[in-house]
Amino acid sequence: MPESMAPRYTAFVDGVAFWAPRIPGWTVARSVLRGESEAQAQPAPRPAPGLLAPTERRRAPDTVAIALEVAVGACENAGADPRELASVFACTEGDLAITDYMSETLAHTPTLISPTRFHNSVHNAAAGYWTIGTGCMRPYTALSAHRYTFGEGLLEALVQAESNGRATLLVAYDIESRGPLATMAPSRGIVGAAVIVTPTAGARSLARIGWSTARGTERTAPLPRNAELVAGNAMAACLPLFEAMAIEEDRTVRLGLSPSLSLEIHFDFPTGNEGRWS
Amino acid sequence: MKPLRVTSHSIACAAGIGLPALSAALRNAASGLRPNDFGESPLATWIGRVSGVEDVRLPGHLLEWDCRNSRLAWMGLTSDGFLERAVAARDRYGADRVALVLGTSTSSIGATEEAYRRLLPDGQYPEDLRHPMAHTPHSTGDFVRAALDLEGVVVTVGTACSSSAKAFAQAERLMRLGIADAAIVGGVDSLCGSVLFGFNSLELVSPEPCRPFDVSRRGISIGEAGSFALLERDGEQGPWLLGHGESSDAHHMSSPHPQGLGARLAIEAAFESAGLTPDVVDYINLHGTASQRNDEVEARVVADLFPAATRASSTKGWTGHTLGAAGIVEAVITFLAMEGGFVPGTLNAQELDPACGPQVRLSNEPADVRVALSNSFGFGGSNCALLFGRDTHA
Repeated sequence: MPESMAPRYTAFVDGVAFWAPRIPGWTVARSVLRGESEAQAQPAPRPAPGLLAPTERRRAPDTVAIALEVAVGACENAGADPRELASVFACTEGDLAITDYMSETLAHTPTLISPTRFHNSVHNAAAGYWTIGTGCMRPYTALSAHRYTFGEGLLEALVQAESNGRATLLVAYDIESRGPLATMAPSRGIVGAAVIVTPTAGARSLARIGWSTARGTERTAPLPRNAELVAGNAMAACLPLFEAMAIEEDRTVRLGLSPSLSLEIHFDFPTGNEGRWS
Repeated sequence: MKPLRVTSHSIACAAGIGLPALSAALRNAASGLRPNDFGESPLATWIGRVSGVEDVRLPGHLLEWDCRNSRLAWMGLTSDGFLERAVAARDRYGADRVALVLGTSTSSIGATEEAYRRLLPDGQYPEDLRHPMAHTPHSTGDFVRAALDLEGVVVTVGTACSSSAKAFAQAERLMRLGIADAAIVGGVDSLCGSVLFGFNSLELVSPEPCRPFDVSRRGISIGEAGSFALLERDGEQGPWLLGHGESSDAHHMSSPHPQGLGARLAIEAAFESAGLTPDVVDYINLHGTASQRNDEVEARVVADLFPAATRASSTKGWTGHTLGAAGIVEAVITFLAMEGGFVPGTLNAQELDPACGPQVRLSNEPADVRVALSNSFGFGGSNCALLFGRDTHA
């Protein structure tokens, strides 16, 4: 077998957003992940993204609500115009509540399937609402890769940023399982995470990352005190990246891409006021 | 982009299992559609059902992925000598250097639907369906990874009916950056209650065989397919992927942009990536679902962008709308057109919608197809256009 020749690329993280029930929003999540404050005791209610009309805001599926919340958050954090961003939406299980509804309804009254729930059942529903809500005509994609969904989603965002020379938004999310499906596709709570990656440094770049793929099964584990904040959610594997962004110390994070391939990301943060790259 | 060679491809769809069978069906204008006989209380519609999926027996080490979608994937993998060529590529490049990008809209959801129909009194899945990897969107991608023993990038694209077209674009980017040296692109979607009753709830399902671009078309015929392609930087034979373009409609979840703006952007982006212009296109395989809105909008876009001599057709009258597999199924049909010196017409259509320009053809015609475009548009406004060539240049 020939030796792997995985090239290494550089990218920049321009915006970050994070939402989990006890750390709802990047400001609070950053502080908690750094160990500077405690996560709130009571879980926050599901976010209600302002991007949707008030009537749609209540009716939107959980996947759409959480995805739009962190997508908006990352754009605000980066000062980026959503219409200029290509996007990658990554979700392990899709909208588990809608899958439960569809399967239940099909088992008993198939001709009564709700047309709205059907078109919301597609894996790209959140991405569709995002581009409709922002008027963005740049491409999006919607991916899944089971336990490697976050790694594969981030890889595709980095690949797009590098190959197209444009900022790319990654939106990763998973929601709570419902009904009998929960025994096969377990997922607890709602977690949303987003980053904007760019091929070149900007005035608001937060971190420089060197990235490459590498053989091996070693993966970065989050700090135990942080891991419990997303435990049981199908997108929990995203946490080490956001820990790195919160703690702001140079480090290498390894995320899974498949059983024997990893995405290695070396973080490099500016020191003091002179550390910016542009 | 630098062209990539499609060194092997395979297909299992209602119009044929294997390339020779599909080629014969296209030439003979033999539709693969049949009256809906899927499920216990079938809707009055026509479907593109692949015969024999129920009889497929997966190898023992792949049984944890067993479901209709995996069986259809297996039919596609084992057609046309694809499995052997894919395994040879894996051994040649290294298992971690061959990416797998698989497009599907509903993946294995048929297995989840079955579990809910057969729930035990305590609400548990029946024992034979307790396989977590058969109840997740990545089910089919993971099945193909296991079947081919791949160790590289493995990912499932789920952008509804553009899924497997976008898989080509994603695979090309991975190869361009050297993340992979070769890629297996696939599209697999199987019949299930969700799509039959779901599209029915949107009043998009035709009570008769679909008639794309016909003035009195009545909706889509849902189909199923499993199809694969091997992309390499070079090779001894096969058509070339010359370009790809993607865009978003930013308009509506289940209805296209009324002026087809997203479709235009995707087609223009494909030409830009290939460094070509519309006048070099000999054949366009249209998305052409036979829904009222899609065909009207797509016909206008094609009439605006292409010269009258360009031939265009929808082949969904043969295969049905294979949803997430449609992109690669129709790519394979353009390959058959290039190799066979003919373009398929628009089966089942009799009188064209007045929105159609002279490009849309009803009947098969002999033609020298050097460059072909394939359109795929999905729910959620996801558009993808692929450009293929018999040679690396027009």
